[in-house]
Amino acid sequence: MDGKSVAVSLVNVRRYFGEVKAVDNVSLDVYDGEFFSMLGPSGSGKTTCLRLVAGFERASGGQILLHGTDVSGVPPYDRDVNTVFQDYALFPHMTVGDNVAYGLMIKKVPWAEREQRVVEMLELVRLSGMENRKPSQLSGGQRQRVALARALVNRPSVLLLDEPLGALDLKLRQQMQIELKNIQQQVGITFIYVTHDQEEALTMSDRLAVFNHGRIEQVGSPAEVYERPATTFVAGFVGTSNVIDASVARQIVGEAATISIRPEKIHLSAPDALVPPESYSIHGTVQDVVYLGMYTRYLVELETSPRAHLAVMQQNLETTSMDVLTIRGKRVQLIWRRDFTRTLQRTEIVEESGV
Amino acid sequence: MISAPPPLAERRGLLHSISIVLYRFPFLSVIALLLPILLWIGVIYLGSLTAMLTQGFFYLDGFTGRIVREFTLRTYQELLLQQNIDIFLRTIVMAAAVTFTCALLAFPLAYFMARFASGRTKALLYLGVMLPLWSSYLVRIYAWKLILAQEGIIGWLANALGLTGILDAILSIPGIGGPSLSFSIVGVYIVFVYIWLPYMILPINAALERVPKSVIEASGDLGARPGYTFRRIILPLAFPGVVAGSIFTFSLTLGDYIIPGVFGNSSYFIGQAVLVQQGTAGNIPLAAAMTVVPILVMGVYLLGARRLGAFDAL
Repeated sequence: MDGKSVAVSLVNVRRYFGEVKAVDNVSLDVYDGEFFSMLGPSGSGKTTCLRLVAGFERASGGQILLHGTDVSGVPPYDRDVNTVFQDYALFPHMTVGDNVAYGLMIKKVPWAEREQRVVEMLELVRLSGMENRKPSQLSGGQRQRVALARALVNRPSVLLLDEPLGALDLKLRQQMQIELKNIQQQVGITFIYVTHDQEEALTMSDRLAVFNHGRIEQVGSPAEVYERPATTFVAGFVGTSNVIDASVARQIVGEAATISIRPEKIHLSAPDALVPPESYSIHGTVQDVVYLGMYTRYLVELETSPRAHLAVMQQNLETTSMDVLTIRGKRVQLIWRRDFTRTLQRTEIVEESGV
Repeated sequence: MISAPPPLAERRGLLHSISIVLYRFPFLSVIALLLPILLWIGVIYLGSLTAMLTQGFFYLDGFTGRIVREFTLRTYQELLLQQNIDIFLRTIVMAAAVTFTCALLAFPLAYFMARFASGRTKALLYLGVMLPLWSSYLVRIYAWKLILAQEGIIGWLANALGLTGILDAILSIPGIGGPSLSFSIVGVYIVFVYIWLPYMILPINAALERVPKSVIEASGDLGARPGYTFRRIILPLAFPGVVAGSIFTFSLTLGDYIIPGVFGNSSYFIGQAVLVQQGTAGNIPLAAAMTVVPILVMGVYLLGARRLGAFDAL
């Protein structure tokens, strides 16, 4: 990211609500034109961080810089950022057109230009001809687009999005993810996107920050964060991961450190299979088999430490549901490449959210 | 072993049979639910209203003092006498002034309750607004009689602060003044505002509570200063609440006869006139005709309120 100018910079930002440290010493740079996601479970401080940038909350300490200017004491209406709210926050008594034109009215943009920009923006979000509808006459997805248009029409230097797709159903959400990314590339505005959905963050972001307990656990590109999680929390929250205790890790890699390995990186092999060079291997018994259509998930109990389990994901390239179920109870060898193993810093692990 | 359920016929008690009938014919349960309220509205309420309005088409024979039960419009024509027109205008102007004042006083409090107060403060404020409604209307009015009396707390305070001149100036305004606040139209106005204020606070508060915080934040986010947000977002969204509250304050003021009776001077309000006509004067037809005036005024008012979108949010 060298040579790129910084759009938003948080320097040791803190926000306390009484005893609760909602944002606990966060430092972060977001670059110009970047699609940046703040990912974390609810209560991790990501939304508070966004509200601090928007100006809805005042920081308890630290600095917030917009293009190098400290805006800590600047109210929202004087900041060159716009927000897309989780509940869209459309003005219910105004038409779609008036909603979108609202920011331009305040800036006293002349009528003709205003009309033209509103029309263009509604075209961009594919709502042409809906100017005279009221928000209550629109579907959830359409309201979401009006909210986006209302913010983007002001051409802010940074657009803040607070879980904007959270209320939509899965299919629409996936479609809107792609649309949002396309729109961001078209307009070239910096997007800061808050979400608890790791798949969404991985799909859309140029870079993302993983939040936990008001702190940032890791910042990086989706591939970096997924392939090289820095902490046990990131390993568990972004995708699923086998987080292996130091005691068990010593038996596998010969070193007492907390390590992680992604379930899909592990090969489920015959007990006597040859171990390729630069790989780890360990024996175990298949305890559970979950057939998931495209994949099968195996839970393997390790021979050397019977209370430790590794989850293994295998694509059903050659196997059917009948085949995989016969593996239950069999002795197997788990093999994976050494460089897929990550050594983690220990932080709190979240409950795995499905597969 | 699981025992087989008994045959259907054996399980059916009377209530069970009824419930099955209601299940098969859902409109029967709707009728059962609506019947009491329909009877009440249809017979008791509309019936007595019709009986009253019919009275307006009879007339009082001034010579014998008897009511002549013959259809005539002469009683309604009496409404157009200047003395009666004065009563109607006085009452309508009072109702409008009370409504306007209540809205001005209620809005900031309702706004504070909805936006800033939380937890205990909010509960205390709600309690404070509602508490007067739990005590007798008459007790509160007579309490105000003492407050507004010449030697009451307001007179004493004006005296202590050297503002007696201002008080006297207000009381010497012809038409609305009087010997003391407790015997003047100004006093009537003050007590009306006090008595009906909760009916304005609660609907405005309810309307403001329904405005999501994010909508107000969105306005600021789009560049609107607080004053602009207030005019363009908060006020329009709270307006139906103001109109709803004004329906209460306006109609309650139009019909009240106790407060003007206790605090007023010899100039009547509609309620008082009705009371006197049907009581002392024994002129039931004229009393009935007079009650038509507030009904018509409220009809026009409600139509206007509907045009302003007061019922859209219901």
